[in-house]
Amino acid sequence: MSNEPILKVADVQVSFPVGGLGRRGAILGVAGVSFEVNRGETFALVGESGSGKTTLARAVNGLQEISAGTITFEDQRIDELDRKAMKPVRRRMSMMFQDPVGSLSPRMTVGDLVTEPFRIHGVEGRNLRDEAERLLTLVGLPTNFASRFPHQLSGGQARRVGVARAIALDPALIIADEPTAGLDVSVQGEVLNLLNDLRERLGLAMVIITHNLHVVHHVADRTAVMYLGRFVEAGDTEQVFSAPQHPYTAALLSANPEPDPDKTHDRITLPAEVPSLLARPSGCEFHTRCPWAQSRCSTDAPVRQVTDGRAIACHFPLEPGARPPEQSERAVS
Amino acid sequence: MTTLRLDNLNVSFSTEAGPLHALKNVSFDVPENRIVGIVGESGCGKSTLINAILGLLADNGSIDSGSILFEGQDELTTLPSSRMRDLRGPRIATVFQDPMGALNPVISVGKQMLNIQYRSPLSKEEKTARAVEMLELVRIPDAQAALARYPHQFSGGMKQRIAIAMALMMEPALLIADEPTTALDATLEVTTIELLKDLQQKIGCSVMFISHHLGVIAELCDDVVVMYAGEVVERGTVRQIFQDPRHPYTARLLECDPARQSERTRHLPTIPGEIPDLRARPAGCIFANRCDRVADVCSTPPPDENIGDGHIARCFVADTPAETGVTA
Repeated sequence: MSNEPILKVADVQVSFPVGGLGRRGAILGVAGVSFEVNRGETFALVGESGSGKTTLARAVNGLQEISAGTITFEDQRIDELDRKAMKPVRRRMSMMFQDPVGSLSPRMTVGDLVTEPFRIHGVEGRNLRDEAERLLTLVGLPTNFASRFPHQLSGGQARRVGVARAIALDPALIIADEPTAGLDVSVQGEVLNLLNDLRERLGLAMVIITHNLHVVHHVADRTAVMYLGRFVEAGDTEQVFSAPQHPYTAALLSANPEPDPDKTHDRITLPAEVPSLLARPSGCEFHTRCPWAQSRCSTDAPVRQVTDGRAIACHFPLEPGARPPEQSERAVS
Repeated sequence: MTTLRLDNLNVSFSTEAGPLHALKNVSFDVPENRIVGIVGESGCGKSTLINAILGLLADNGSIDSGSILFEGQDELTTLPSSRMRDLRGPRIATVFQDPMGALNPVISVGKQMLNIQYRSPLSKEEKTARAVEMLELVRIPDAQAALARYPHQFSGGMKQRIAIAMALMMEPALLIADEPTTALDATLEVTTIELLKDLQQKIGCSVMFISHHLGVIAELCDDVVVMYAGEVVERGTVRQIFQDPRHPYTARLLECDPARQSERTRHLPTIPGEIPDLRARPAGCIFANRCDRVADVCSTPPPDENIGDGHIARCFVADTPAETGVTA
């Protein structure tokens, strides 16, 4: 893996207008996010539903207009490109959408679906039947699947067709939104192995969006944790998992259910609900749920600190194995 | 007493390509006051099972044989639809993956919670008090004020908790929960299953919990039923299933969970092969074409081998522990 960034996202914001006549406002779905993805690397975005993961992915792919910041892909600013100028960029950066079956047109055959990118991008001089066979073989489907329709596919097979479409035009980057959502554990492994295999063989970079932390642990080189449209923590996956520094990351990891009925859980419980984007908390936006919050956290917003490739936005980063104040007292008594 | 007893249930659908045998000889119990988890991959018949219990099979589906006995008295396979309607809701409640499917977006939460008590003889004030009490039980802050709000004004986790409150309001004997936490992130998922466990004990109902998240099943359930291609291949207590799986499918399924791989690996285990076509079921073991312990005898129907203490596996080699080659 080279350390040359293929994608640079700097201070990107996405705002959505809200309210009706006379009371216009805007909410920030993505509130200033910066990261880089290197060639051949897998970068994971994790966070709860509504944290802005999909909006960020759509913004990177040019499907969602950004209100601030810059996006650079293969040394080209792409955030200012219009639809037409964006088209060749999409050959190099493809997107896999959520919902494997829903993202395939029900009236097209698998053969037409996997070669549709060639037609959309006007790629000439290729025998589409040969290309369909090549792509189906690459993703591990029998070539006679070309004549099937999406409703005749299982969830895992539909995902493979989605992967074939995404790699059709030899992209350098794939953005995969919840590639394993709704799939069973055995099929989930197949799809992740396929993506990883293709990443190695074709030298792809990948951005994977998911809320399955066990998956992230195995497939991602680096991981960013999103909360209310911001990165609260980002860094090497192994480091983030073994020693989370942001309380939200620590809580997410401790909440992860393990398939062992005798496991004793030492969980960090988060009080209260996720705040609304319409009323972002003051100071550190996590302070309303943070077991470690101190008075400063409700007034001063923490500045993102980057050390050794590890980024964190917290006034009081956690030591490894830290327990919340009241919970550790309870454990002692 | 057993809340729900399924005995040799067979369900099929008529399709253009011939009959599809969706559930084959399905037997298991949901004992009183216990949480029974149903695991299995998509297409294993989990939804058909729920619909058969609720009497909501599609028009082309039929119960061919077997019995679904509810609370020891009502035979659901032959129950008149009017009596079934009396059971659905007050006695057998459901919670689904998407809470918005259960909540009406244009009616306030309070009004919906009054509406579902239409059979109750209580006064309107008493029904309102009951609604507030249920919302407090599922930890909705400021429950009184929440009654006037609409579903979209709540977060995803709160909506699912409101759906749970509504399902349990009539104190059903059986709650069927179909993937109720799949759409929630890890912290909310854990809060929701802890709440569900708590409420189940308070109300004293039985729960049938369907999920493909093995971690959630291990944490929440007392008993586990493993389904594959419309058959119950193994059932037992949660410890029997997770610590001593006897059916090769159960063993492979557990191995596939990335959570079981403690070391980071780029190559996750899978189960090679596909589920057989249910229009042409093999005469023998349904898992034989993917099984690594397959033998000649597997081309004949396997017995429901009793391993002891209610632990049953539909397999010829169930008497020897399955190898769990978990790569640590």
